[in-house]
Amino acid sequence: MDTILRLENITKVFPGVKALDNVSFDLRRGEIHALMGENGAGKSTFIKVITGVHKPEEGKMFLDGEEVSFDSTRDSYSAGIACIYQHSTAYPDLSITENIFLGHEIVRPKTRALNWRAMHKSAAELLDRLGVSLDTNTTMGELSVAQQQIVEIAKALSSDARIIIMDEPTAALTKQESEDLYGYTERLRDDGVSIIFISHRFEDMYRLGDRVTVLRDAQYIGTWDINEISNKDMIIAMVGREITNLFPKRSVSIGEPALEVKNLCKIGVFQDVSFSVRKGEIVSLTGLVGAGRSEVAEAIFGISPADSGQIIVDGKSVKVHNPTEAGNAGIGLLPEDRQKQALILDWEISKNIGLGNLTKFTEHFFYDVKKENEDAQTLAERLAIKASSIFDKASSLSGGNQQKVVIAKVLTTDLKVIILDEPTKGVDVGAKAAIYEIMGDLSEQGYGILLISSEMPEVLGMSDRIVVMKSGRVTAEFDKDTATQEAILEAAILNTANVS
Amino acid sequence: MANQRTNVELDRLALDQKFNARKFFLKWEWLLVVILLAILGVNISASGGSFLGPQFFGSTNNFMDKSFLVLSMTFVIILGEIDISVGSTVALSSVLMAVAYNAGLPMGASLVLCLLVGTLCGFINGVIATKFKELPTMIITLATMIIYRGIANILLEDRAAGGFPDWFQNISWGTVGPVPYSLIAFLVFAVVFGIVLHKTRFGRELYAGGNNRIASLFSRVKVDRNLLIAFTLNGVMAGVCALFLTSRMTSTRPNVASGYELEAIAMVVLAGVPAIGGKGNISGVILSVFIIGYLRYGLGLFNVTAPVMSIIIGLLLVGSVLISNFFLNREKKLKVR
Repeated sequence: MDTILRLENITKVFPGVKALDNVSFDLRRGEIHALMGENGAGKSTFIKVITGVHKPEEGKMFLDGEEVSFDSTRDSYSAGIACIYQHSTAYPDLSITENIFLGHEIVRPKTRALNWRAMHKSAAELLDRLGVSLDTNTTMGELSVAQQQIVEIAKALSSDARIIIMDEPTAALTKQESEDLYGYTERLRDDGVSIIFISHRFEDMYRLGDRVTVLRDAQYIGTWDINEISNKDMIIAMVGREITNLFPKRSVSIGEPALEVKNLCKIGVFQDVSFSVRKGEIVSLTGLVGAGRSEVAEAIFGISPADSGQIIVDGKSVKVHNPTEAGNAGIGLLPEDRQKQALILDWEISKNIGLGNLTKFTEHFFYDVKKENEDAQTLAERLAIKASSIFDKASSLSGGNQQKVVIAKVLTTDLKVIILDEPTKGVDVGAKAAIYEIMGDLSEQGYGILLISSEMPEVLGMSDRIVVMKSGRVTAEFDKDTATQEAILEAAILNTANVS
Repeated sequence: MANQRTNVELDRLALDQKFNARKFFLKWEWLLVVILLAILGVNISASGGSFLGPQFFGSTNNFMDKSFLVLSMTFVIILGEIDISVGSTVALSSVLMAVAYNAGLPMGASLVLCLLVGTLCGFINGVIATKFKELPTMIITLATMIIYRGIANILLEDRAAGGFPDWFQNISWGTVGPVPYSLIAFLVFAVVFGIVLHKTRFGRELYAGGNNRIASLFSRVKVDRNLLIAFTLNGVMAGVCALFLTSRMTSTRPNVASGYELEAIAMVVLAGVPAIGGKGNISGVILSVFIIGYLRYGLGLFNVTAPVMSIIIGLLLVGSVLISNFFLNREKKLKVR
């Protein structure tokens, strides 16, 4: 068969991380090729190498048999490669036509004036080719997510794209809309366009794909014909390795419930979420990105409170409307994005730690800097923050040490429950181990810990119990002895119970 | 347990080390001190030495009333917000006080009314700013700037109002020795604002909010409440400004204090508070109040006309911001080495 795009031995290194390790890939003319892998397996980096956002350190790329190298998305776009993202990158206030022709408008030859008539006509033809009829004067903002994606596809076609990459196109779509999208995609394939399709949904892969390539931990695992690989083999390919005991999970005596959540609902975000965390216990809340885990955490912490349901801390039902009430109830949160949600990068370590509990350091109207410094020093020593002193700026620290500052900040408050939202995101392996060590310490001290994580090894290695969410609902709960990666992944991806 | 992992790299001695010479002398305020001394020097020589007499304090009376606005404006700008309605708030407070007094309200009650009107105007700005976060405060206060001035215009049309009792003039023109009441009042307010900003939890929260609003929210800082307080304080100080201004001029018109908001913002920026907020301190603000005030006074001694004066102050502002950029970049370079 005819190969349109081939990548050989691609390696991409970011400071401290190998994002792609010797990955090869080939795309045939007129096929739909699914690209699968866990969060962080390297799919996005791989796409960015193809579109020219990242330049690989090693490896070659061939388009139509000729070696190519792209310096920017502009290069790849003009070579006929277009990418459609999960979240539309369109301009909501511009019309369909304006969006389609943005950047390559049709102009009248002499005056260079915009030829709207020709653009509208051409836009309508493109949409017609995809089998939809929309008024081309409609603004993007008025369209549904699915319709916006069709316009994005039309935009790609308008620039004669021969390869279209779709990054999780069905993530925000209903079942019917997904079905429609499958139709358009097949129509494109029959027109001779080659498609790379990234998705977490097995349904998508089986329904659409001709072949599938799996990446795991930045490495190429294999490529199969869709009808050649079973569901079970697919999951093993995605998850792969045995869990080695890198995690210092300690045996801690587990006490009374520290946090109980009952029937927590937030309309359109999550429904009927119930679970509990006991003293000394580490409970993982896992699932795919977008399953509603962080939203549940932010509801418990009062950033965006739930509509209904009950939160019980230490046996007492508490009302949490804002983070202050959550703190008073004994709930602490380590937010997902430490630079945006937790740190003031321009401030010293000491002031950042102090910000965790301003009340504690305020006495008779005045702020007690001395007490803040002493507490900060103690916590910084306890968590082994590496810096020349607590007066170093947070911006000068590595990701792992910044995360430790945030943990110190959370620990300034007298807490019962600590919610850790992706605590090891973007930190190196050494810092990861240190953070696991700290989690062990905290559980020994009797804190209830709710760990939100997408990383399977971390979830399996650290938790006493594992709660799995999918599309805003809890789909499964496992004990640490019965949990397997396959079972968790199945509950996070496949479980279709309760899904509208 | 955890305490086995103590870290030798964290220098505990840094806790007791209070004074860091390089950090201390690299401060922006030193440049302001130099500028102020230069201006005072020029003023002294231009006046043939008489500037060192009673004039030295007396001349402050010309710029003290707007200085009150600068203190609270500092809070607003540290939060990363802006309030351009204060000039109009001053006018509305002043006009309402005059109208109320002339309608028979006792002078004491009129003074209180003046302060209340200012407070209410600021409170309204704050409420709108916290309830409609999608609106930039620049736009909100642009709207209220027009509205407050409009109400003042309706109340007095193009007339002046005055006829206040003699003791009212004394608020602005009275002195303790050579020092005007207004200067004393300003210094007292400056000390209070300085303590609140640098020594209290509220001050810490202002800086936190200006640096990173979202992280503040996650740190249980009451971001909205602080915003409301800052805007309300700006209104209170506009009321105070209205008192001293009306007293100094002995009468009022709907167009008083126009442009005060911009002068106040200019002083805050000169003081080293970036427009995006999060930094700056009160000593810089006090220095810049006297720099611009004495500069205007000195230029007056040279018979420089008002438009030329504005140009010179504009140049000073641009120049000082450029120099501050240079200073900050220099500090970064030192650190890398």
